[in-house]
Amino acid sequence: MPQKRQTIRDHTAEANLFARRTVVSIAFVSALMLVIIANLYTLQVSQYEDYQTRSNGNRIKVLPVAPNRGLIYDRNGIILAENRPVFSLELTPEDVDDLDQTLENLTDLMNLTENEIAEFQKARKRQRRFKPISLREQLSHDDVALFSAKQHQFPGVSIEARLSRYYPFKSALTHMLGYVARINKKDLEKLERNGQLANYAATHDIGKQGVERFHEETLHGEVGYQQVEVNNQGRIIRVLSFDPPIPGKDIVLNIDINLQKKAQEVLADRRGSVVITEPSTGGVLALYSSPSYDPNLFVHGISQKEYSKLLDSKDSPLLNRATQGRYPPASTIKPHLALLGLEVGEIDEDTTIKDRGTYRLPNVNHVWRDWKKWGHGDVDVTRSVEVSCDIFYYDLAFKLGIDRISDSMQAFGFGKRTGIDLYEESGANMPSRGWKRARFNEPWYIGDTIPVGIGQSFWNATPLQIAQSLNFLLNKGKRHVPRLIRGYMVEGNVDMLPIEMLSPIPMVNERNWDVILDSLYGTVNRPHGTAHTAFKGTDYVSAGKTGTAQLFSVAQDEEYDEENVEKRLRDNAMYVGYAPYNSPEISISVVIENAGGGSSNAAPAAREVMDYYFTEVKPKGIAAAPNVNNNDANNADTKRFVNPVTMENEVSSGN
Amino acid sequence: MATKFNTAKTTFLERLHIDGFLLFALVCLMGVGLVTIYSSGGQDWDLVNRQLTRLGIALLVMVVLAQIPPMAYRRLAIYFYGFGLLLLLAVLFFGVIGKGAQRWLDLGFIRFQPSEVMKLAVPLMIAWYISQFNLPPRTRNIAIGFVLVFIPTILIAKQPDLGTSLLVASSGIFALFLSGMTWRLIFVITGMAGAFTPIMWFFLMKAYQKQRVLTFLNPESDPLGSGYHIIQSKIAIGSGGVSGKGWLQGTQSQLEFLPERHTDFIFAVFSEEFGLIGVVGLLFIYMCIIVRGMMIANLAQDAFSKLLAGSITLTFFVYVFVNMGMVSGLLPVVGVPLPLVSYGGTSMVTLLAGFGILMSISTQKRLMSR
Repeated sequence: MPQKRQTIRDHTAEANLFARRTVVSIAFVSALMLVIIANLYTLQVSQYEDYQTRSNGNRIKVLPVAPNRGLIYDRNGIILAENRPVFSLELTPEDVDDLDQTLENLTDLMNLTENEIAEFQKARKRQRRFKPISLREQLSHDDVALFSAKQHQFPGVSIEARLSRYYPFKSALTHMLGYVARINKKDLEKLERNGQLANYAATHDIGKQGVERFHEETLHGEVGYQQVEVNNQGRIIRVLSFDPPIPGKDIVLNIDINLQKKAQEVLADRRGSVVITEPSTGGVLALYSSPSYDPNLFVHGISQKEYSKLLDSKDSPLLNRATQGRYPPASTIKPHLALLGLEVGEIDEDTTIKDRGTYRLPNVNHVWRDWKKWGHGDVDVTRSVEVSCDIFYYDLAFKLGIDRISDSMQAFGFGKRTGIDLYEESGANMPSRGWKRARFNEPWYIGDTIPVGIGQSFWNATPLQIAQSLNFLLNKGKRHVPRLIRGYMVEGNVDMLPIEMLSPIPMVNERNWDVILDSLYGTVNRPHGTAHTAFKGTDYVSAGKTGTAQLFSVAQDEEYDEENVEKRLRDNAMYVGYAPYNSPEISISVVIENAGGGSSNAAPAAREVMDYYFTEVKPKGIAAAPNVNNNDANNADTKRFVNPVTMENEVSSGN
Repeated sequence: MATKFNTAKTTFLERLHIDGFLLFALVCLMGVGLVTIYSSGGQDWDLVNRQLTRLGIALLVMVVLAQIPPMAYRRLAIYFYGFGLLLLLAVLFFGVIGKGAQRWLDLGFIRFQPSEVMKLAVPLMIAWYISQFNLPPRTRNIAIGFVLVFIPTILIAKQPDLGTSLLVASSGIFALFLSGMTWRLIFVITGMAGAFTPIMWFFLMKAYQKQRVLTFLNPESDPLGSGYHIIQSKIAIGSGGVSGKGWLQGTQSQLEFLPERHTDFIFAVFSEEFGLIGVVGLLFIYMCIIVRGMMIANLAQDAFSKLLAGSITLTFFVYVFVNMGMVSGLLPVVGVPLPLVSYGGTSMVTLLAGFGILMSISTQKRLMSR
């Protein structure tokens, strides 16, 4: 467009030029608008689902909700482990106007310690302002009452409840029942290995010992989930959906709490254990290890000081003696060896030896002594059990040899775990040639065999194994696996679990059983029997066997003198027995450490328990199907409730 | 022109020198803004009331400016520009620092941003300068025009305020473009600008500005830091879908995942709650305003008015495009509000002042022969 002069303006041409530029501009604007729309179309239509998902991912959080742990009952429906609400005092900083003043007032009211306030202040720095912070855990009932009355004066401060395990019988059941405690790093690793981590996402505690540990999976239940909407700070705005957790199963044990308490009472402050079983089922009626401790200490975290005290105690209270204590079974296994002798024909009913108090092997310069210095005189197999003759069994062991003994005693459960539903169990040791070679790289000497005849040498066994071997005997070879769990509590009725059995011990001559059981009868009921004194005048007929385990080797030319032996090296007193003789209902295994002779120490303890069973427990009908619905005062506390989620409805408004 | 003979039958709005169509469209936008501010601000009536007050003041300014005839603007343009430059220099030496930038002048009773003045002063100045010559202007005059544009632009960019300097620069460049600068010159300048980009990157841009650009290019590289805004904004828009989540139902905004949700990022809130349908509706209103503005420019009787009206209108579009572009991830984040919708005072007054001038041009036509 030629244009040289400034003076004359061509308005029409200028207007046309401007109009063309306007059209270009509008076209340009329209193109850019289309770009915007195309971009929005991509975001809102093509990629809608992707962004929709991410938007939900922003706002929706899935919170796990812990299931309520299953309760544990004894066989009569008495609650042994329950879930109790524990209360804590919590403060939400956001809802408190004057924090310092509030803390001061609370200190006046509740006697907050400086430590509690310091802990609170530390936690406050770490947390969001709308998250409650605990000022005091485990409030006493007085604390709860005190605060509740004044709650209106403390906006933003409240009492929160959560369920926590409680063991009402405290130390009576500790080793058997175990306890739960806070999940630690090791537990987490194990849960991860088992693929159970997600199931424990909201769970606070896990079974650490005993039944609580063994039946953890049953008791725990399955985690539930709550879908919540959160804002950018993680505050819960509302609950979108709730998939409730499945509570753990309630377990019923074979334990009879009264019998268990009696066992505790009988042992008192002596070290040892009492195992009571039901021979007809293998059910464990009582399993007590002494000394014990209060499992509730562990639930809320035991202090280092208290833990050290338990750990360092010479009496090893943490050990479950009934299943982990390894004791020489001593004379309690004489009946088993006698049975083996009869079965393989090394002896018969009429075999008699002359016991003059000592036993020698040809060409061996060693003397084995009888516990009775001058011996028992003429002894046949029945009498050998009744008077607990040692010489008879030195000779029998020599005749049988370690291989036959070892094989046979393993069939009676020695040397391996019984399979009771506890992880804290030792298989103890049934020696054999192979074992000695592996353990000491030494051959088995004939001199090792002789003391095996009286349950010594390298032989050791747990009180539960001893109890089990007695049951195998009195059941004439039928083998029940010892069981703590009886079944599940379902709506007030027990859903019984099947009885577990192993293949029976074969016996060529069935009469051999009767010979041996008769000798156990004689031990208690014939005047020369070692348990006769202890069981004099019972209303029931029982049978049993005493045992005295030697812990201290008496030099060849010395005598064992109880007074001169240090207390911890004194003999362990043992007794195994059952009653009634004709149709056994209970069998018992008592071990009392360093108490001295079995007949004078363990047998009376066993009798006390048996008496209690026949006078107090049995008349009330043991094993009656429990019905907890009608009379249990604990019901109120054991009701399940779902953990409440704190609802915070207000949305903060702008900036 | 038919209207100039019908002066007897003027309506109330015409007597007030108000363009009815434009006013209606502007009020529609303001309505959208208030509704969205109410939602994004957590249903806070205070926020809405404060915005209403600002709108009232801004509308008043618009009406007042509409009364001033275009020729007065033409006469005052050079003084206005000069005054604006002085203020920018004053900011450089005595300015108040806020939010990491030196943009404000503290006059004791009020703090204000002189750069806002420039948004109007630059188009006024360029329109005045260019309209003195026959159009299309000569390259020399165009060059002088560019100098007039870039002095304030650079001063503002130095504050630093990338968004405003962009708007100021485009307002001047649009005036030059509309004046009829040759296409050849346009391509040359575009090429030069392209060459200038690396120089800007290495010598002129601040670290935070570079960060913004980098974040824009790949927001996912820093999802919790500088990429957070844009990621959350895209999630808000995308999750709105075709029909939106509904008013007050936008989770991204209601649950505060979205930053700056009632100011610069209000478009994301709108998109989330009203969806693509709502957005297209909103763009339609903007398009109406732009088309009307360009009509006014074409109908204006003198070159000054044409250039000024066209420049104001196209700059308004730059607001829209840059804001929507940055919120939806097309452009890097620069602080440009969504015009007449975003919460905020200064830009609102400047924008409506511009529309006041536009209305003055639209309604105050001199009876003159061409």
